[in-house]
Amino acid sequence: MPSQSYTSRRELEEHSFSPAVTLLVPIAAIVLQVLLSKLFWRFSMLDLPLIVTIFFAVSRRSPTVGTLTGAAIGLIQDALTGRPIGINGMAKSVIGYIAASIGVQVDVDSLTTRAAMNFVFSLLNSVILFLISRRLLGQTQIHMMWVQELLRALANTAVAIPVFFLLDMTKRPE
Amino acid sequence: MESFFTRFKNVLVLVVVLLAQTIGLAIQIRRPAEVGAPDGKKVTLMRSWAVAAIAPFERFFHGIGYNVRNGWSNYVDLRGTRQENHALKDEVARLRLEQAQLSEDALQGHRLQTLLNFQRSYVSSTVAAQVIGSSGTDRSRVLYIDKGAAEGLKVDQAVMTPDGIVGKVRETFPHTAQVLMIDDPTSGAGVLLASTRIRAILRGSQDGRIVITNLTPDSRIKTGEKVMTSGGDQVYPRGLSVGTIESIAPDPDHQPYTIIQVKPSTNLLQLEEVLVITGTQNDLSQLAKKDLAEGAAKAKDMADAKAAADEAAAEAAAQSAAQIIAEKLPSVQQEDPADGKAPATATTVIGVPKPAPTLRPDRYTPGSTPPASSLKPGAEHGGEVYAPPARTEKRPSPEQPDTNGTESSPPSSTKPKPKSESANPDN
Repeated sequence: MPSQSYTSRRELEEHSFSPAVTLLVPIAAIVLQVLLSKLFWRFSMLDLPLIVTIFFAVSRRSPTVGTLTGAAIGLIQDALTGRPIGINGMAKSVIGYIAASIGVQVDVDSLTTRAAMNFVFSLLNSVILFLISRRLLGQTQIHMMWVQELLRALANTAVAIPVFFLLDMTKRPE
Repeated sequence: MESFFTRFKNVLVLVVVLLAQTIGLAIQIRRPAEVGAPDGKKVTLMRSWAVAAIAPFERFFHGIGYNVRNGWSNYVDLRGTRQENHALKDEVARLRLEQAQLSEDALQGHRLQTLLNFQRSYVSSTVAAQVIGSSGTDRSRVLYIDKGAAEGLKVDQAVMTPDGIVGKVRETFPHTAQVLMIDDPTSGAGVLLASTRIRAILRGSQDGRIVITNLTPDSRIKTGEKVMTSGGDQVYPRGLSVGTIESIAPDPDHQPYTIIQVKPSTNLLQLEEVLVITGTQNDLSQLAKKDLAEGAAKAKDMADAKAAADEAAAEAAAQSAAQIIAEKLPSVQQEDPADGKAPATATTVIGVPKPAPTLRPDRYTPGSTPPASSLKPGAEHGGEVYAPPARTEKRPSPEQPDTNGTESSPPSSTKPKPKSESANPDN
């Protein structure tokens, strides 16, 4: 019995992207995040790189690639902040891994699944960042502000739905 | 063994990636240990790569936005400019007056500081820069400006706007610099409460506020009090505006301390242009000295003019009072002469009127007491027995002024003739 057939769910729903898209979309997300935050400070609540990480992870359905993609995007994001490099890298590595693992088993093309996934991953990202800051870095003055994080998750979810539809167009045809 | 790596390949990759980043974090936190401090060389290199990749995009889009805004504000949106110009001119005139009034005090303060050998740093040079980007997240409040090490920027230089402080330079790159804002959780500044002169430490908070957390409750500290830099942190020169106290509340986590929330005087959320303080000096610049001297001279002129005006007003008031008294006092009233001409003395009285001449002089009469210079302590008046001037029956005539300088004399016909008294009433 073959361990992996060509008609398996993973093979059928695994998408690939051109190298240009793989490189430019994360950079565009980071640049857009930086520019929008400067123009309208409330946009700093959003996390466009996180949305892109989730999208690539669930589309490729490879935990390894999801982990590496998340790590790369998170590290670039960290480099632009004043915080130690690796905080966002670690958080997005975990998110990429989990998102890709879920993508293997769940239909992630439906609107409901995408909304729920983005909401949960946004909250998970906040929790991981809090734990890293509080436990690893010893920043005891950091507290978990649940209301703010819930609002952030809602905002990310609202933005992620149209972004996912836009990024669907960058997938290579089967 | 091969099957183990194949089977757990994904998890192993995740563990390796997390482990590598954890080690990286540990290295960064160990060196340097101080929060908000610049990074080590390797970390700076990573940031430099990231900034070099992102900054061109930021510059490009910032340039587009700047030109559009500039074109709109300079050529299209000019409504109300004339009125605004008038208002600004009035404001400039008012500020010049204020400056003139304050310059003298400032010069005096500067002289006293020099006398006391008081070390104080004044801003001597600044570099104007435009904000081209941010960190992109509200968890780290940093800005990117379009000036860097090539323009003379260095780490830990203060960044401000004309309204107040913004933060400090955290990292410098060839043509870009990263600015750590004062509302970042890792930021801090030494501050001074303006009226109570209490020193404190200002910190950023997780939710973007700037707070003072190292003060215990003090009834002298009120909301609305201005907060300025103290200069004790060796980053921000003393006297720069920080903000005003917005609220005071007990700190639930650290009793008995309070959380004093400060409203920044600069709008930290909408920054377009900033000034980086690249140089300070212990003395005032020549231009500042010249401005202060001009202001002091102007203040002196204003004070002289005010004194002259006050003197003229006092003189006019005294003249008016003299006229009123001259009208009311019977001693200064003149009977109408027989020929019907009005007496000149009644209307030509200038200054405070003098008392009428004494009709019955005694030892209390003004001018009859020997001068104090002729008296000796403990000596008797043996040699010079005081004798009041001999009373005379002759009353001063209206034609001849008396010795008291009275310019008008009472009418002789209406006064009764006094009784004769001894020369010395004491005897």
